Amino acid sequence: MTHLRRDDGFGGRGDEFYEQLVAAHRGLDEAGSGALNARLVLLLANHVGDLAIVAEAIATARRGLGAQGTAPDQER
Amino acid sequence: MGTYQYKQYPYRRPAELGRDPGARRAVVIVGAGPVGLAAAIDLALQGIGVVVLDDNDVVSVGSRAICWAKRTLEIFDRLGVAERLLAKGVTWQVGRVYHRDRELYRFDLLPEGGHKMPAFINLQQYYVEEYLVERAREFPGLIDLRWKNRVVGVERAADGVAVTVETPDGRYRLEADWLIAADGAKSSVRTLLGLPFEGHTFEEKFLIVDVRLDADYPSDRRFWFQPTFDPGQSVLIHRQPDNVFRIDFQLGWDADAEAERDPEHAMQRVRRVVGPDVRCEYEWCSVYTFRCARLKRFVEGRVLFAGDSAHVVSPFGARGGNGGVQDVDNLCWKLARVLRGEAPAELVASYDRERVHGADENILNSSRTTAFMTPKTAVERQLRDGVLALAADFPFARGLVNSGRLSKPCHLQGFAGFAADDGSVAGPMRPGVPCDDAPVTGVDGRATWLLNHLGGRPTALVFVADRRDAAAIERTIAACGIADLAVVALTDRPCGDLPLPELVDREGLTRARYGGRTGVTYLIRPDQHVLGRWGEWNPAALGAAWRLCLGGGKA
Repeated sequence: MTHLRRDDGFGGRGDEFYEQLVAAHRGLDEAGSGALNARLVLLLANHVGDLAIVAEAIATARRGLGAQGTAPDQER
Repeated sequence: MGTYQYKQYPYRRPAELGRDPGARRAVVIVGAGPVGLAAAIDLALQGIGVVVLDDNDVVSVGSRAICWAKRTLEIFDRLGVAERLLAKGVTWQVGRVYHRDRELYRFDLLPEGGHKMPAFINLQQYYVEEYLVERAREFPGLIDLRWKNRVVGVERAADGVAVTVETPDGRYRLEADWLIAADGAKSSVRTLLGLPFEGHTFEEKFLIVDVRLDADYPSDRRFWFQPTFDPGQSVLIHRQPDNVFRIDFQLGWDADAEAERDPEHAMQRVRRVVGPDVRCEYEWCSVYTFRCARLKRFVEGRVLFAGDSAHVVSPFGARGGNGGVQDVDNLCWKLARVLRGEAPAELVASYDRERVHGADENILNSSRTTAFMTPKTAVERQLRDGVLALAADFPFARGLVNSGRLSKPCHLQGFAGFAADDGSVAGPMRPGVPCDDAPVTGVDGRATWLLNHLGGRPTALVFVADRRDAAAIERTIAACGIADLAVVALTDRPCGDLPLPELVDREGLTRARYGGRTGVTYLIRPDQHVLGRWGEWNPAALGAAWRLCLGGGKA
């Protein structure tokens, strides 16, 4: 069974990806950015398709975020 | 400043004062910083005389550029100063990245051995300039260094440049075929010519403090995001010689620059970093903001821009000084050949193409780093913090953490003036790539380095099995028609009786790095970039590649 990928999936072009992501948010207010992120998550999750992997990603992302949504560093 | 004793270089009354400009010079260089001095030495090594004008009479005040990258050191080695720099500098290759008080990961900038130069040395700019001045003085007939000579006027003509120079004794005029403006970020030549210097200013302030510490901190580059010991967004520490440490604090855009610049205030910040018990002495500090900008063209008729006068970046990534020295490496052999009438002016135009590309690469990397370090909106901060939160456990996220993408040699693959790669040679040393170093030995067994045998002039690097191959090569050297071609034969084990200079690849690293097998031939540009490579000795291809190169890409 495959697991959530941990190593670089961008073929060494991670900086380019990050730049695209930040640029996509430019000009949006907080609600707009939230909406963009939600749509992105849905699109990318659908592209992954494998529910086991999506569940692993959700669990990993959720880790350290408390019930009230505390930042991970504050919990450690 | 405690640890460095500034010397004043003597001003001498220029002979041209109160007279006609005198003989026209080949090259006048404005600025005796690392870039201007390196250019003077490089041109002198090619037999070209230069006048260097500097408005001051001391080396850099403050440590300023401190991180000198491997490629820069290789260039400095070609110029004959690297050994002094290495002896004095702090060698390092590991960067450590922290989030709050936790080390997230380390990166190694030179994980393999077999290179003469380290990934980086840290050395204050004032030492680098001092050593370059001393090296320049070894060419008394060729380098005319003039302190307290400020350029106050520039007039351009189709075939040359005239400058008006102000000295303590008055003004004089100097005419030259070419002018190299290496006069820094606030270039007076650029300003006098009214050239726009456009780019992006980043809304962030930083404080750098040099302190002498009685502490045995590692030589590694250490970078903290959201440090626990400072209220700012990030802190970067570099070790320099003389137990001097550079501490770089990210202050935020709203910081009060005047208050932060106060040494007492700066030392309070330092005290929070080093703890109460470490003896520390203040050396120098500076508050800075930065922008990424470049000139549209680095070649403006007979005026050539190099270093910060042509392009500026943020300091994260050490791409300022290193980029400037790479400009010199690219420019000087071209200028020398044009001045000697061996190449058309198009060769100098290729400097513009190639180094604008280098500058854009540096600006891109530096801008990305700055964007990561200085999130501007809530969502940018969330994305940044998300990357940091995942980085400890996820290697992919470590790849996204950006505390500086450190200066790497610029590749020129695909640029006009390099031969097409016909695919007959394996390995990454494609046309346009700066040559990798490798350990080799002379026939006598003495250890040396490949790069010390390349550069300065066109060089053919030929992989040879024995005397039979060498004889064939020797017969055809004349046929390729490259007047000052140097030839280096690489052998697996010493032949000793080759009619060519022989280097022995005892460790096999040259073969591994260059896809070397008997017959493989590389043609190397004077700036140690691969110009072409072929699976067999091919005089016609070599000659054509060199002519293409000299024509600046026009066959």
